[in-house]
Amino acid sequence: MKELVYPFDAPGIMKKKKSIKRRLLAAGSNRLEKKIAVLGGSTTSHIVDILELFLLDYGIAPKFYECEYAQFEQEALFPSEEFLNFHPDLIFIHTSSRNVRQFPELTDGKEQVEEKLKAETERFRTIWEKLTETFGCPIIQNNFEMPFYRLMGNRDASDYRGRRHFLERLNEAFYQYAESHDNFYINDMEYLAADYGLKEWTNPYYWNMYKYCMCPDAIPAFAFSVAHIIKSIWGRNKKALALDLDNTLWGGVIGDDGQDGIDIGQENGVAQSYYEFQSYLKQLKPLGVLLTVDSKNEEENAREGLLHPDGVLKPDDFVVIKANWENKDRNLLQIASELNILPESIVFVDDNPAERAIVEGQIDGVVAPVMDSVENYITTLDRNGFFEVTSFSEDDLKRNDMYKANALRNSARADFADYGDYLKSLEMTATIRDFDSVYLARIAQLTNKSNQFNLTTRRYTLSEIEAIRENPNYIRLYGKLVDKFGDNGVVSVVIGEIRGKELHIDLWLMSCRVLKRGMEQAMLDQLVEKCTDAGIETIYGYYYPTKKNKMVKELYQTFGFIRISENENGDTVWKLETAGYEKQNHYIQVQ
Amino acid sequence: MCSVSPEVLEMVTVKKETEMTEKEIYTRLTRVFQDVFDDDTLQINGETTADDVDDWDSLSHITLIAAVENEFGMRFKMKEVSTMANVGEMVDLIAERGH
Repeated sequence: MKELVYPFDAPGIMKKKKSIKRRLLAAGSNRLEKKIAVLGGSTTSHIVDILELFLLDYGIAPKFYECEYAQFEQEALFPSEEFLNFHPDLIFIHTSSRNVRQFPELTDGKEQVEEKLKAETERFRTIWEKLTETFGCPIIQNNFEMPFYRLMGNRDASDYRGRRHFLERLNEAFYQYAESHDNFYINDMEYLAADYGLKEWTNPYYWNMYKYCMCPDAIPAFAFSVAHIIKSIWGRNKKALALDLDNTLWGGVIGDDGQDGIDIGQENGVAQSYYEFQSYLKQLKPLGVLLTVDSKNEEENAREGLLHPDGVLKPDDFVVIKANWENKDRNLLQIASELNILPESIVFVDDNPAERAIVEGQIDGVVAPVMDSVENYITTLDRNGFFEVTSFSEDDLKRNDMYKANALRNSARADFADYGDYLKSLEMTATIRDFDSVYLARIAQLTNKSNQFNLTTRRYTLSEIEAIRENPNYIRLYGKLVDKFGDNGVVSVVIGEIRGKELHIDLWLMSCRVLKRGMEQAMLDQLVEKCTDAGIETIYGYYYPTKKNKMVKELYQTFGFIRISENENGDTVWKLETAGYEKQNHYIQVQ
Repeated sequence: MCSVSPEVLEMVTVKKETEMTEKEIYTRLTRVFQDVFDDDTLQINGETTADDVDDWDSLSHITLIAAVENEFGMRFKMKEVSTMANVGEMVDLIAERGH
């Protein structure tokens, strides 16, 4: 929803939250249902209300549990019956520097301050450990905003007795915990408060009047940040940017002004601003963000602009370049289909409001933030949290290369008359094995990101994946595919539950970047082999239709399963006898 | 020596001349109430209190106060927020300090 994309009107969101919620609920259904517990050290109702708006907009329908006012610690250590029965999917601990129990006194010696720091760190660590032990779900924890006064003035930053110094060290201790614990995420309130303006954020009026740890108009920016983490955990990040060229990646119009005439580089302030924006985009690539061009231009001119000697981004930095006179929404759909990603996972970046309106109007779910002036471009993309990082795998680092390799594969395919010959020419080798500890993060990530080639669309947190790995009642497989153009990484996951002589497939997914390569057959061969070894006679497959997974509706049929039932939702159940199964993969060498 | 430019001084004088009438305040205030309570038919008068409006609880009171402050570019004092008895008293304060 437009009102919820940065830059937003925060007071307007606060004022109109009821009508915004009403419209969000009317606009979409089929949302991911999640239970979120909010344990606060201050009033949380308003934060929950606004957080709900952003989550609904991300396709997540939250159910909230809020502890009694400021009872975060008691609720964690001695959870109430209600909290226990709530079974949260995620816990958000909303604390602030108002909740620090013991600040240093000016009369304290170094040792006393160390004691206080240790006590405070231990206090929170105990809370996190207890919650993890009880619920085993992801935890989001605020760090501390800086204090609103400094007794020693500037010295408060460097002196061990300074509050500011103390809070910074406390934050540092939180980060150390975050570094060594998966499923634990810091919501960077310190940054948010600074970004908003610390003086207004910490205005004591709101603490003393309402027990709010921030001013009301800061709540949208704050809730937005929490929503970024949540939607990222559940795989709702964007995947790619579709970038316009003229006045978006450089100043001026390449077709009119020529390579010499456009603003990019160090010549002047405008050129430097575009240079900085290009650098920002380039830095997004190692996070796995795909860069594409969607521009109305002659392709030759577009390339000339991208080859500007003072530019940062070169044609090679993009996985797809669409520079033509086609409508931009058409080009965007084309980009999505070439990359095998959903159009709504692409952010459209264009300085022209008319183009943005067309693209947003034509394609459901595509976000096109307002790009009004080059000096705001970075902030606008950055604050929107499109690519919020909650897990960072080897795969992300290589993603752009993988998609580029895919483009090479596609052009190689054109040289073969016979598709089988083409597959052979790829010289594919797959590693298909039981879950390996190094790939657990990637496996959890895939279960949350894959929408199209996904039979049941079941989402798993990292801790659930870890639990399944330890459970002897499951057969688990991950598949990794390498070919002569490169390593595709882990691309397929299958999880089946053993019940006597039956295997029930809870999850079957594959990344669309290896579609039509025979990888699904290779996975099936391995699965049947594992089943046979385990004495399993029948394999049951389930297909649950969603808006996005039509492509696998008949997958089990093509595998040779027999359909045994279908209900009114279109859910189908399939079965396959393992006896007499013949291998179906002919092109991939399996290790 | 005066460090304020003549243009700014002029702006200040102009502002003073355009004081809001009570009717204007009620028109804008009604719109704020309608937004906050998501009810386009909601009408208010000087006697209106929290008891007269569905959903006017402590949470929406905070939303309302902030929305009124933003609308009229002013801040209520803590004492005022806790003692304000009805919409009429709110309007008096707006007339005194609002824009």
